Amino acid sequence: MNGNGKKKRIGVFVCHCGVNIAGVVDVERVAKALEGYSGVSFSTHYIYMCSEPGQNMILETIREEKLDSIIVAACSPTLHEKTFQSVIELAGLNPYQVEIANIREQDSWVHSDKEKATLKAIKIVKSMVEKVLQNESLEPIRVGVTRRALVIGAGISGIQSALDIADHGYEVLLVEKNPSIGGHMIQLSETFPTLDCSQCIMTPKMVEASRHPNIRILTYHEVESISGYVGNFKVKIRKKPRFVDPDKCTMCADCEDVCPQIVSDEFNMGLSFRKAIYLPFPQAVPGTYTLDIENCLGLLPIRCGKCKEVCEPDAINYDDQETVFEEEVGAVVVSTGYDLYDLNHLGEFGGEKYEDVINGLEFERILSASGPTGGEVRRPSDGKVPKNVVFIQCCGSRDPENHNPYCSKICCMYTSKHAMLYKHHVPDGNATVFYIDVRTGGKNFEEFYQRTIDEDQVLYVRGKVSKVYKEGDKIIVWGVDTLTGRKIEMEADLVVLAMSMVQTDGVNELLKKLRISSDANGWLSEAHPKLRPVESLNAGFYLAGCAHGPKDIPETVSQASAAVAKVGDLFAQEQLLHEPTVVPVDEDLCSGCGICVTICPYSARELDKEKGVVKVNEVLCEGCGACAAACPSGAAQQRNQTDDQIFSMVRAILRG
Amino acid sequence: MRTILKLGKQEHRFIDRISELSGENVYSCYQCGRCSAGCPMAFEMDILPNQLIRLVQLGEEEALIASKTLFICASCFTCQSRCPKGINIANVAEAIRYLAEPKGKDHFGPDEVPAELADELP
Ligand SMILES: Cc1cc2nc3c(=O)[nH]c(=O)nc-3n(C[C@H](O)[C@H](O)[C@H](O)COP(=O)(O)OP(=O)(O)OC[C@H]3O[C@@H](n4cnc5c(N)ncnc54)[C@H](O)[C@@H]3O)c2cc1C
Ligand code: SF4
Ligand code: SF4
Repeated sequence: MNGNGKKKRIGVFVCHCGVNIAGVVDVERVAKALEGYSGVSFSTHYIYMCSEPGQNMILETIREEKLDSIIVAACSPTLHEKTFQSVIELAGLNPYQVEIANIREQDSWVHSDKEKATLKAIKIVKSMVEKVLQNESLEPIRVGVTRRALVIGAGISGIQSALDIADHGYEVLLVEKNPSIGGHMIQLSETFPTLDCSQCIMTPKMVEASRHPNIRILTYHEVESISGYVGNFKVKIRKKPRFVDPDKCTMCADCEDVCPQIVSDEFNMGLSFRKAIYLPFPQAVPGTYTLDIENCLGLLPIRCGKCKEVCEPDAINYDDQETVFEEEVGAVVVSTGYDLYDLNHLGEFGGEKYEDVINGLEFERILSASGPTGGEVRRPSDGKVPKNVVFIQCCGSRDPENHNPYCSKICCMYTSKHAMLYKHHVPDGNATVFYIDVRTGGKNFEEFYQRTIDEDQVLYVRGKVSKVYKEGDKIIVWGVDTLTGRKIEMEADLVVLAMSMVQTDGVNELLKKLRISSDANGWLSEAHPKLRPVESLNAGFYLAGCAHGPKDIPETVSQASAAVAKVGDLFAQEQLLHEPTVVPVDEDLCSGCGICVTICPYSARELDKEKGVVKVNEVLCEGCGACAAACPSGAAQQRNQTDDQIFSMVRAILRG
Repeated sequence: MRTILKLGKQEHRFIDRISELSGENVYSCYQCGRCSAGCPMAFEMDILPNQLIRLVQLGEEEALIASKTLFICASCFTCQSRCPKGINIANVAEAIRYLAEPKGKDHFGPDEVPAELADELP
């Protein structure tokens, strides 16, 4: 009998899954044992239920036997629940009248005793019969979609995502915490494997993004909070005061000339200086100066006020305030990029003590035509051209004991590029690379690396460096050549460390706000490592670029475009369907204690103070059931998973 | 010289014994060489610390027992402090010495002391 006192006609279909199930469970016996069990009017078994003949058999049996619900005893519901839901829909039944009894992952795969496994399978299927007897027919919950996207982080991944979404015809908000878009790519000199100048290929994209009618660039902004659900998010965005009106600023540099405050320049990795009011780099987008309040002498004219005095277009506004505003979006792309592991973690290489021991991005700036040395390779300490440069790979990477266990993936390639470019600049210099393995898995990557050795005669020494120290004004490197079994000591004028890539500082707080997860190393987790690589498990969030793990530019751009294809899937839908197996509230039973409100991880429940009961936002409810388990009055009952259903399932299992 | 690589029962028994005695997972060494790069005694060794671990991985008991490195290793633990895989190489050397002792190899002979050091020794 079901809840309405009507008798059900249930069909049981036991799958062999080849030998996956049938090798351990006696499927025929399971099918027999279910014959005539309460409400079951048909029971059979078949080699592959998910195959087309298997599905057809189910379809025909439903029609012939006039079944109103079915149980498929097979693999995990995550694999084929959808398949069988659509089969019974074809037969005109409600999709919530199918249940999957998992006798593979929870039985045949974890047991070897055939007798016991068969008895367990029978219990599992019987408990599902008890559930189905009380299953109601449900309709999915329908909600609209806001066809507008938020992209967080404007490096190459964020810019590519924004451009693609905009070209699909949807509006995009591109939020960047720094004064300009561009990220790390705009800092690079030339890029492997083709050696095209990074700025030359990056600036057209930046300009395109700034001109695109569908893109609103919000630099010097950060995401404050986010609420809502897939298709319908509300985002609070915080605008940091720039104190310069981008519309008025003509980039004449008069302010910069008079500003007395000199600070280290982040864009050049601290290898040069900038003023407190500054343009991050000549091609910055938006093209405007920014007053960095942390380093400004103070906005009071008595303290300084020099910049405002000289600004002819009157672009400087000392009264600029931090503001927070709200926007509605349907999808969020997270493209917050990476940082480099701090040099200070490597005390045995001198940490940040030695000026001439630098990281890869510093060397990029030294190589760059727009860099602090005007494109000449000169070392930071005394500006001399270094004649012996040592490059050390895997600094902080592949070291589970002391640093990061993973391979940073791109440093083999950029080290090869660095050594090659160094030789182009200083043909009579020596470049030596200490490595453990050289990983060049990418299109044209191996050929590029071979060129470094064949044509530029860079010496590769196979062995990890143990120590870098100073003796007088000489830098000494202690390494080993494992190929000849010799311990090596060499002098260097400049040492370039291929530092590990790490998650961007501060991203953890952002992830908490977005409620999306990261892995043990801090990189964003994808929904499935193979089949859903650009989506987060939290619906409506997509991943692009290095925020998800170390990547080069080609891979970053591909992932950005892939993420946008998924955003397109979402925006193409008329309405979004939400699982109806949520947990409503029986207002007559609810005592208004609010325990469920605090326990719900999705903020789907709220106390209605007037009525003294809890209200549920069904669209936010993910059906995890935490509240149902916690509710002391039995007012929170999950649809098709009620307490009554669970008790009868347990009883069926205990009975056998 | 040709080495015939054979990973038979005897070799596996040797590797297991070393693992057991030293408490170290010798399989996890990926031959980065960092132990050798930092070893203050490496200049005196006939096989470097990373090669010592490598020979264990290859099951080369005899070559190991014959090596001078066993008794040159000062057990200073510099290698261990830098090893990215957390292997305590000095413990592995100790385990090999333990196996070498019953085979009559518990030190290195006076004739093996380098001439320039001979005067300084008692
Ligand atoms: C030394 C070096 C050399 C390299 N050379 C090459 C090369 O030759 N060829 C190649 O293909 N690749 C190279 N790469 C790799 C390349 O830099 C990356 O693949 C690429 O820059 C990744 O882009 P991204 O957009 O994912 O990240 P990023 O460039 O890091 O951009 C992320 C952006 O997000 C912003 N952001 C971060 N957090 C927030 C937040 N909370 N709110 C708002 N905004 C935020 C950041 O400010 C930044 O602008 C090199 C890398 C290094 C370290
Ligand atoms: S990419 Fe190369 S240098 Fe970088 S961590 Fe991996 S192996 Fe080491
Ligand atoms: S440092 Fe560790 S991983 Fe590297 S070679 Fe030595 S023992 Fe092997």
